[in-house]
Amino acid sequence: MSRILIIAEHDGAALSPSVAKTVACAAQIDAAQIDVLVLAASAADVAAEAASLDGVNRVLTIENAANEKPLAAVLAPQIVAATEGYSHVFGPSTTFGRDLMPRVAALLGVNQVSDIMSVEGSHTFKRPIYAGNAVVTLDAPAEHVVVATVRTASYKAVAGGSSAPVESLAIEAELPSHTRYVSTQAGASDRPDLQTAAAVVSAGRAIGSEENFDLIFALADKMGAAVGASRAAVDAGYCPNEMQVGQTGKIIAPDLYIAIGISGAIQHLTGIKDAGTIVAINKDEEAPIFEVADIGLAGDLFQIVPELTNAL
Amino acid sequence: MDKILVGLKRVVDYNVRVRVKSDGTGVETDGVKMSINPFDENALEEALRIKENGGASEVIVVSIGPSEAQQQLRTGLAMGADRAIMITAEEAPDSLTCARALLSIVEREQPGLVILGKQAIDDDNSQTGQMLAALWGRPQATFASELAIDGDTATVTREVDIGMETIEIDLPAVVTVDLRINEPRYVKLPDIMKAKKKPLDELALADLGVEQAPAFAHTNFAPPAERERGIMVDDVAGLVAALKDKGLV
Repeated sequence: MSRILIIAEHDGAALSPSVAKTVACAAQIDAAQIDVLVLAASAADVAAEAASLDGVNRVLTIENAANEKPLAAVLAPQIVAATEGYSHVFGPSTTFGRDLMPRVAALLGVNQVSDIMSVEGSHTFKRPIYAGNAVVTLDAPAEHVVVATVRTASYKAVAGGSSAPVESLAIEAELPSHTRYVSTQAGASDRPDLQTAAAVVSAGRAIGSEENFDLIFALADKMGAAVGASRAAVDAGYCPNEMQVGQTGKIIAPDLYIAIGISGAIQHLTGIKDAGTIVAINKDEEAPIFEVADIGLAGDLFQIVPELTNAL
Repeated sequence: MDKILVGLKRVVDYNVRVRVKSDGTGVETDGVKMSINPFDENALEEALRIKENGGASEVIVVSIGPSEAQQQLRTGLAMGADRAIMITAEEAPDSLTCARALLSIVEREQPGLVILGKQAIDDDNSQTGQMLAALWGRPQATFASELAIDGDTATVTREVDIGMETIEIDLPAVVTVDLRINEPRYVKLPDIMKAKKKPLDELALADLGVEQAPAFAHTNFAPPAERERGIMVDDVAGLVAALKDKGLV
């Protein structure tokens, strides 16, 4: 039977929604034990949230002032010290997990399974490659620990309401001081989070300017939706990087995705292929986005978007 | 600093629409255009700019895989790298074996900085830089969109899910770069001619004394589940009706 350790992503106060999705992936494996590890300066609130997730047997905490910010070089040696007895160590494939987990894998002397999209067996997984143009099935060697990141868009969060025990771990690990946190610039937004929102409105280069993005924000706010963008729109400086959806941005799975002025490059489509319903609004009737859209409307976004905002 | 080491991976070109082989043993690469992994071009561009601003004296490009990757190293030399190291292996090795091979080059060359792309667009793994930093016991700054060197430290701005994070790292270190860090230069014809005379050392992976990491068995490759083309509506009223029909608004 597998014993799975999940590394919790959090901001010091609240658990990231990515953790409940990572637990959902772990629950697909025939596991005797699923534990969540919280590394923090002060872990109580985050640990209590993790303990409420269905399927979690135990929450372990490592409290250390050095863990206030998630620096991979600081967290990795502590995680390695806590992995004794586990057959699997999982993290989410958010920027947190993608930064941290390969460092853990290397210290454990194993390769990492990136972006698990499907569990086929305790050591057999499917993952996307080539921007989602192919899906590979791989077998990880059974005699080694499996270190993996979970493609969160492939899983629905497990429910809360449980109450697993929380235990504090005393870890002896030498922590480096060669990496120091300076600051975070987060886009101040009251809008829903792009990675968890039920509806997302997204714009491409055709929006034409930062000012014109207000049209997209107006529609999103009317719908209670999050706002995303194609790489072209971010590169053009129309909106900040954290809004980018696609192969090198965020992979999302909202119930409704409205793509406005986005042509539908494969690198963008890989970020939205798990969306429930895709709506495309584009001037070019031949745009590839219409090949994957459930509902398409060909026309000028500058007329359609304000009209749609008024109609809803 | 003295040297900057940059990794260049040979991958199927960004513009090629990759197709899975009908027997499920891999993806079609015969006759397909191959290029430097786009993120690695950004890595090299950043290294060249540091050198041109007086921050380093030599830029070394390294590739691991089939010897055809020498073409990509020559392109790197034409962009402005000073010399190249080709580590030949029958096929591109797994991430941890690559990291171990890079570590052996790092120990030999003692660079002040290693710059890699944040991920390769073929396997989309995003692992090698972090693994090299772990094995080397040095800092990592992944997904970098800004890099400023100041003596023995670097300040790096990273593209993370919530926005931008800035960290400070002691050198030597590993930095993996995102596409927005710079705009890679175009190679000019005279530079291609000049690059032919620059040194390119060839080593066999087997001769580096690198231990092969426990590898995964890739048992099947399949095309992704396709989404079906849906309906076209004529106007906003039709769109709103279709959304209401699905219970989405």
